[in-house]
Amino acid sequence: MTFQVIVFYSFAAWVVFSALMVITSKNSVKAALFLVLTFASASVIWLLLEAEFLALSLIVVYVGAVMVLLLFVVMMMDIDYAALRQGFVKKLPFAIAASLAFFALLYFFITHGEFSAVHFAQPEAKSADYSNIKELGRVMYTDYVIAFETAAVILLVAIISAIALTFRGRKHRKAQVISKQLAANKRNRLKIVSMDAVVEEPVSQVNDVEEEGEDK
Amino acid sequence: MIGLSDYLLLSAVLFSISIAGIIINRKNVITLLMCIELMLLAVNTNFIAFSHFLQDSAGQIFVFFILTVAAAEAAIGLAIIVVLFRNRATIDVDKINQLKG
Repeated sequence: MTFQVIVFYSFAAWVVFSALMVITSKNSVKAALFLVLTFASASVIWLLLEAEFLALSLIVVYVGAVMVLLLFVVMMMDIDYAALRQGFVKKLPFAIAASLAFFALLYFFITHGEFSAVHFAQPEAKSADYSNIKELGRVMYTDYVIAFETAAVILLVAIISAIALTFRGRKHRKAQVISKQLAANKRNRLKIVSMDAVVEEPVSQVNDVEEEGEDK
Repeated sequence: MIGLSDYLLLSAVLFSISIAGIIINRKNVITLLMCIELMLLAVNTNFIAFSHFLQDSAGQIFVFFILTVAAAEAAIGLAIIVVLFRNRATIDVDKINQLKG
C-alpha cells in the first residue's frame, strides 16, 4: 500500500462520514461545520489528482467565504428545528431506497463500463517544476477568455442582487407613495369657502406705518 | 494505485448521499442548499478526475466556472432566505405558499 492509497481512502472516509453528518444532524450550525469538513477533505482528494490550484481555491472560496456566509445566516435566524424535522423518519426509508437505487445504477456503469483501469491508464506523474496555475492560466486567458469575462459579470450581478435583496437602510430619495396618491381626493386637497366679498376702504400707507410703530 | 473508477465511485457515493439529504430534509431550505453544494462537490470531483486521467486541463477550467457560479448561487440563495425569514419568520418550504392566495 503506497502513501497515496492510504491518503485517498482515509480522506474518502472522512468525506463520506461528514457528508452523512451534514444530512442527518439536527442543528444547522453543526451541519454547516460538517460541510466545512467535507470540503476540506475533498480538497485533499483534489490534491491527489494534481489539481493544486482548485484544491486551494476550494478551501479559500468555500470554507473561507461561502461557509462563513452560511454560518452567519444560520446563526442570524431563530429557527424551530424540531418543527423542520417533522416527517424525517417517515421519509427516511424512501430516501435510502432512492439513493441506493441511484448508487447501484452509477456503480454498474462505473465498474462495468469504459472507466476501468484498462481504458484509463495511470498518467505519469508531472515533473517537479510543473506549474498547475501556469497551465490553467494559459488555457483560461486564451481559449476560455469570454467565459472568464462572463463569470466576472455573473459575480458582479450576484454582488448587486445580494445587496439589493437584503438592503434595509434609510432611503434618501423622494419616492412616490402610491397608496397616498390613490387615497387623495378633491376634498382633502381643495377647500372651497363661500364668503362675502369684502371691499376694504383704501387707507394711506403713512398711517399704517405709524400705527405699527406705536404698537411696538 | 488508485484508478479512475475509485474517484468516480467516491463522487457517486457523495451524490447519492446528497440525494438522500434532499429527500429527508425537504422542509429546511438551508439544509437543501447544503445538499446542493454537496452535489456540486461530487460533480466537480468527477470533472477533476477525468481531467487528471485524460491529461486535459479543460476539466479544471470547468470546475473553476462551476465554483464561480456556485458561489454566486449560494450568495443569492442565502439573501433570498434572509428576506424570506424577515417577512415570514419561517424557512419551512411547506409554509411558503403565499402566492397561492
